[in-house]
Amino acid sequence: MPAKDGRSENGDVGARGEGAVATTPENLAELYQKMVLIRAFEDACQRAFRQGKIGGYLHVYTGEEAVATGFLDAYREGDRVITAYRDHPHALLLGASPGEVMAELYGKRTGLVKGKGGSMHLFDVKRGLMGGYGIVGGHIPVGVGLAYALKYQNTDHIVQLFLGDGAINQGAFHEAANLAGLWGKDEMCPCLFIIENNQYGMGTSVERATAMTDLAAKFDSYAIEHEKVDGMDLLAVLECAHRAAERVRESGRPYAVEAITYRIAPHGAADFLEKYRTKEEVEKWRERDPIGMVEKRLLDSGDLDEERIEEIKQEAKREVEEAVRFAEESEEPPAEELYTDVYAGEGEE
Amino acid sequence: MAETKTYREALREAMVHEMDRDESVILMGEDIGVYGGTHLITDGLYDKYGPRRVIDTPISENGFTGAAVGMAMMGMRPVVEMMTWNFSFLAADQIIQNAAKVRYFSGGQVKVPLVIRGPNGGGVQLSAQHTHSLESFYGHFPGLKVVAPVTPNDAKGMMLTAIRDDNCVIFLEAGALYGTKGEVEEGDNAVPFGKARIAREGSDVTLIAYGRQVNLCLRAAETLEEEDGVDAEVIDLRSLRPFDEDAIVESVKKTHRAVAVEEQWRWFGVASEVAAIIQEKAFDYLDAPVERVSGAETPAPYARNLELLAFPSEKEVANAARRALYMEEK
Repeated sequence: MPAKDGRSENGDVGARGEGAVATTPENLAELYQKMVLIRAFEDACQRAFRQGKIGGYLHVYTGEEAVATGFLDAYREGDRVITAYRDHPHALLLGASPGEVMAELYGKRTGLVKGKGGSMHLFDVKRGLMGGYGIVGGHIPVGVGLAYALKYQNTDHIVQLFLGDGAINQGAFHEAANLAGLWGKDEMCPCLFIIENNQYGMGTSVERATAMTDLAAKFDSYAIEHEKVDGMDLLAVLECAHRAAERVRESGRPYAVEAITYRIAPHGAADFLEKYRTKEEVEKWRERDPIGMVEKRLLDSGDLDEERIEEIKQEAKREVEEAVRFAEESEEPPAEELYTDVYAGEGEE
Repeated sequence: MAETKTYREALREAMVHEMDRDESVILMGEDIGVYGGTHLITDGLYDKYGPRRVIDTPISENGFTGAAVGMAMMGMRPVVEMMTWNFSFLAADQIIQNAAKVRYFSGGQVKVPLVIRGPNGGGVQLSAQHTHSLESFYGHFPGLKVVAPVTPNDAKGMMLTAIRDDNCVIFLEAGALYGTKGEVEEGDNAVPFGKARIAREGSDVTLIAYGRQVNLCLRAAETLEEEDGVDAEVIDLRSLRPFDEDAIVESVKKTHRAVAVEEQWRWFGVASEVAAIIQEKAFDYLDAPVERVSGAETPAPYARNLELLAFPSEKEVANAARRALYMEEK
């Protein structure tokens, strides 16, 4: 049953605590549950968008769930996370309730940022989410600055900086990666770059956007070590994520992972035609659906049975329905909110 | 207590004052450390505070300005040097899209206590790409504060206020005046934003400016007094966002005539805003249309004679005042 604030009692799709051992069956089932919830949440977003209940732009994570789920399993309290505009799963995985995320998309006062940012700008600073940003690549320098500050302030926390394959061709990426490499020499940049390579920047494939398609290798120019991981395979992501996060934490130096994944959904919810890719291609990737792969593993190992899988799907569906109801029933922001939060400090707002 | 110091020394003194007081204050920019700063504003500070607090950056305005936004979101107080404001177009995405707005689109969850400072405006034959006055460009965006001190005392006092402010402050220095001297108060002389300064009291016409054009207005006021017997008041706006509307309205209620002076281009500029405010709030007090004196509508030229023609002159300001007084131009 949902509590009044829209959180369900068993609730938050929260990230794991310190040093979680990622591959126990119990944990895997838990992560599977989170992925199912993210998928159901994004499906509900698409419906609401097409019903005209969600405005602006909407970018869903369908097909990419294993990447954020795996990496944020390595999140520790005090770490910071920053990403672009495909940011719903990051907020959910860090512990925001589906209700407050959905309410944000509906432009309601109960939304994660009070209805002032929408889908592209989810922030949950108390849980480490330093934002979703709408300009491709624009958040990357900011994330590198967060990492410098974490060291300057003598913490052992890290930044998980998510970026898309499209951002790699922005000047902001190269400038920021160069700074990260430089500051890393002095152990002043605990920044884990995670490329969510979903193969397309909107409708332009990686091959049509850069002649050198090994995106991880771009980091060579900045003396940042890197690897690739199968972003459709949660177990592979988990192994990589925990190792990479600890490496960054211990060294104070940046590290980069290119997660090879696929956006099964269109770029934005209004991208119906998909002239840039074939049905066959999408079908081929669907065969490696990250949720289906974990599901199969859990069934094969006997850790979950068909009945429990069905229950999990129904629970997710119910939880998302509650979130939608909460968003629909919430009030719009009051008119006074127009002028608040423009400036920090007295007398300005 | 006050001592005579240069504009440059006054700026440095403010940064030292805050760095000694608050460890979260750091400096970053191109060649500000080992080299001492292109304009020597930060000279000696690398040796004093070390490389973690005085960060030499590569030539990556977008990158390091964005990193400074991230540091500020974490509670640090970075002071970023734009070697000149002309380079800030490369960082405009970070300044406008992140620094100015992230507080709003995060629903008030973060602050950006960031100062971006550097020389603004022309006058030293740097030609088209190195000559801009960017006050109306940055002043356009809610979320930013924009200030432009002209005296060494204000340079220090407003820098203290800028560093302590919890928002992104665009600090436009009068680059052509780095070597000019003036009395600078000792210690903490923080000057609040949004308060204009009456640089010269007068009763016949109000000359309104900011940055180095204030000095031009003061010279024009002397000429008007000597040659025309006109007693001009000169208002130094000091801060463009927030803006001291009351100061200009009160002055115009007294003088009934106003001339707004700016180095930048006329279209969509500060002088237009000044004229609009006066007609909204002091319409019935006006005895003449508000005059505007602005830069020529061209990219900045190199040749000295053309450059002088491109910027407001003392003569143009004096003649604008004479027009407002229905006197013969000279």
